[in-house]
Amino acid sequence: MAEDQDKILEEVTGGEYKYGFYTDIEMEEFPKGLNEDIIRLISAKKNEPEFMLEFRLKAFRHWLTMKQPDWAHLNIPPIDFQDIIYYAVPKKKPELESMDEVDPELKATFDKLGIPLDEQKVLAGVAVDAVIDSVSVKTTFKETLAEKGIIFCSISEAIQEYPDLIKKYLGSVVPHQDNYFGALNAAVFSDGSFVYIPKGVRCPMELSTYFRINAINTGQFERTLIVADDDSYVSYLEGCTAPQRDENQLHAAIVEIVAMERAEVKYSTVQNWYPGDKEGKGGIYNFVTKRAICKGDYSKVMWTQVETGSAITWKYPSCVLQGDHSVGEFYSVAVTNNYQQADTGTKMIHLGKNTRSLIVSKGVSAGKSQNSYRGLVKVSKKAENARNFSQCDSLLLGDKCGAHTFPYLEIANNSAKVEHEATTSKIGEDQIFYCNQRGLSTEDAVGLIVNGYVKEVINQLPMEFAVEAQKLLQISLEGSVG
Amino acid sequence: MNKTCRIVNLQEEYSQLFQESLAHLEDGAPSKMNALRTKAFEVFNEKGIPSNKVEAYKYTNLQPYFKGTLDIALTNEAAFNDTVTQFNCDVPELDTHNVFLVNGWYSHQNDVSGLPKGVIVGSLRDMAAQHPDIFDKYYGETAPADEDPMAAMNTAFAQGGAFVYIPKGVVVDKPIQLVNIMNGDSDRLVFQRNLVVVEENAQVKMMMCDHTISPQKFVINNLTEVFANENSVFDVYNVQNQHNLTTQVSGIYVHQKKHSNILTNNLTLHSGITRNNVAVTMDDEQCESHVYGLYLSDKNQHVDNFTFIDHAKPHCQSFELFKGVLDDSASGAFTGKVLVQPDAQQTNAYQSNNNLLLTENAKINSKPQLEIYADDVKCSHGATVGQLDDEAMFYLRARGINEDEGRILLMFAFAYEVIEKIRVEPLKENIRQLVEKRFRGEFDKCDSCVVCGQQGTSVSCL
Repeated sequence: MAEDQDKILEEVTGGEYKYGFYTDIEMEEFPKGLNEDIIRLISAKKNEPEFMLEFRLKAFRHWLTMKQPDWAHLNIPPIDFQDIIYYAVPKKKPELESMDEVDPELKATFDKLGIPLDEQKVLAGVAVDAVIDSVSVKTTFKETLAEKGIIFCSISEAIQEYPDLIKKYLGSVVPHQDNYFGALNAAVFSDGSFVYIPKGVRCPMELSTYFRINAINTGQFERTLIVADDDSYVSYLEGCTAPQRDENQLHAAIVEIVAMERAEVKYSTVQNWYPGDKEGKGGIYNFVTKRAICKGDYSKVMWTQVETGSAITWKYPSCVLQGDHSVGEFYSVAVTNNYQQADTGTKMIHLGKNTRSLIVSKGVSAGKSQNSYRGLVKVSKKAENARNFSQCDSLLLGDKCGAHTFPYLEIANNSAKVEHEATTSKIGEDQIFYCNQRGLSTEDAVGLIVNGYVKEVINQLPMEFAVEAQKLLQISLEGSVG
Repeated sequence: MNKTCRIVNLQEEYSQLFQESLAHLEDGAPSKMNALRTKAFEVFNEKGIPSNKVEAYKYTNLQPYFKGTLDIALTNEAAFNDTVTQFNCDVPELDTHNVFLVNGWYSHQNDVSGLPKGVIVGSLRDMAAQHPDIFDKYYGETAPADEDPMAAMNTAFAQGGAFVYIPKGVVVDKPIQLVNIMNGDSDRLVFQRNLVVVEENAQVKMMMCDHTISPQKFVINNLTEVFANENSVFDVYNVQNQHNLTTQVSGIYVHQKKHSNILTNNLTLHSGITRNNVAVTMDDEQCESHVYGLYLSDKNQHVDNFTFIDHAKPHCQSFELFKGVLDDSASGAFTGKVLVQPDAQQTNAYQSNNNLLLTENAKINSKPQLEIYADDVKCSHGATVGQLDDEAMFYLRARGINEDEGRILLMFAFAYEVIEKIRVEPLKENIRQLVEKRFRGEFDKCDSCVVCGQQGTSVSCL
């Protein structure tokens, strides 16, 4: 029985990455390396105003004084930052009026990925700001959104069109001196999305961006900024897959969210970048800084993430709960397989009165992977009546993998109620036996149990995304089980 | 012989202190102790007294407390040995084999004639000379002198301390109580090194009671190595009753063999700055370990419990429970690391840390950690920070119990979960009483305290 199970687990976890392919699009590239000239070049190329160049240079100069952090439970091979091309842009940048004008090769890529950038998606009511290698190629539904006063565009466009908003909010949540990869991003970020929801507006559709990484040696430095003004609501989806590559690729993104009074922002991620092959060769390094600030009273930010890809994940979507009665929530599923490493979690920083936070983290480790939850719950002295509950569970599929939990609780107010629970266990043999008894094969049973285990998180995803997330889980873990 | 050192820059002066004292430290000390000394000092010199930039000491910056003008006793001082007779234990009805240590040195007035046959209790130096086979086999084998700077410092400066050896199959009837007395006429730097070996099928329960009885500042670094061999049962209860000027770094390092069962319990009732390092290595199958702690802090006290449970082999179980009540501006920290090594299958590890914050200035940092490299395991940890339950309080008040009394009742119920784990009945009862008194404020704002200024009759400052 146990042997059978092991065999099946092996099969389950041995699935190959289905989405490994490479699209041949002409790229315009800068020379490798990083220095002030490159930064000036990026800024000039994008025709940025003076303040952006200063912002970048300040960040770069600070970055030079920093050291790559080594506190995470990760084994990161040394990264040669001079061996990376910091800017790549698809050469054929069409002025798009309709779908017909999209580069057919690009369109084929999207179809292969199953991204419905077509009429079906339009009917489904999703506006897509598709990003391929750093530059927005296509934006749909902009007009509909514009009617409501919603701004949804690439960040380069926003820098041109709404410099005041950018000046006010860019770097306000993640300042350039925040961390090593954050500083690097601030210096060289190529593109990303910008969302502004005006006062009292409820965004009528899920906003989504698909990120992909293409072209050898192109580090991707996305920068996303979401500002939700008083009484507004927005749900933002981010999903990604990347072509199969041998050489490691670095991805250091920043997402900043500002929620004003009574605003609510929901940010969902499904991440399925190339995790490297079975021997742990290749794969994406995903070093992301995501942070939201609940600036206004009664504001709410919700992070949901399904992390299945990347060779190394280093990511802590955080909430600074500044406004009184503000709420931060974090739901996460992290699946690691083969030689993948993940060190992910959240930070909930309670500053305002009556703030609440909830953390639900589910880790699944298989193969020879290492999966860590690292989280901070900090209640400052003035944060009266703060409430936190954290639940971190780990499921182990195989005897060569590791599951770790590193929660930090720093409480400086006596009215706080903080609870943390964590469990680690193997997939239950009795549960599998129960399923077998009722006619389910062991592989179906494993699939069923894993799905049930992560359901709490998957349920938080928007409908159409939940389906995709489940598919990705299957690819990264279930392989043949399906 | 005393040596006075003025510590301002830590590293240089400790280095100087070591160089100048080396001859004295080595004089008459067992050869293995001396053999480890220089190496350990190199580690300490490299790492220094840890500040909060060191991850393991993140919540306790020891640097400021290891500064000042401090005296270190390089020989056993007869002058303070008579304090032994003055001292009256806070646990009076407990029948124990009593052994006194003064400023880290084993007192020559100790009478250990009542011990069962074959049991050795004595000064670490003397016993090392008499039983080199035991000493050489165990000394320095489980203390992480190559990693932890404080363990390295202890190993470098180690001199006196207690040696406890329980031979095969002997069950010691009464607990062995080590009473550590801090007494002096000047500020002191104290090192104490203990070695406990429990042989196969032997059983022993130990108490370590730490007391400061003179109002001077004490900076203490004590370390106890424990070896629990096959089928042995070992308990240690460390009752810490120090005054507010005390800085104590206390390490208990346990190494377990097959089927052994150990329990450690740190009861920090009163202290200045306390850092307890507890590490248990389960180096064989079917081991069971219980690691508990209770800390009751007020004023500006700080208690940091740092535990590390190493499940190195399969089929072991560990249970960990730490509870704290923090009053006034007290701060507390808890770090609990559970490591399940590859192939340590069928491991059960449970860990819990609960804290009560009573005032708005009290602070707690909790860091429970699981690091698991095997799949057939059941591990869980939990941490909570909160206040007394309003509903429970309402229930009590509705039944005519006033708020103060209700508070004490609830706090006591909270703390009792740790007390009830004590496996020595009379001790459990006495600790229960001590804790209750502590909550009633009878010990805390004591009128007999030598430190607070109101000189009273008792020299014991709780």
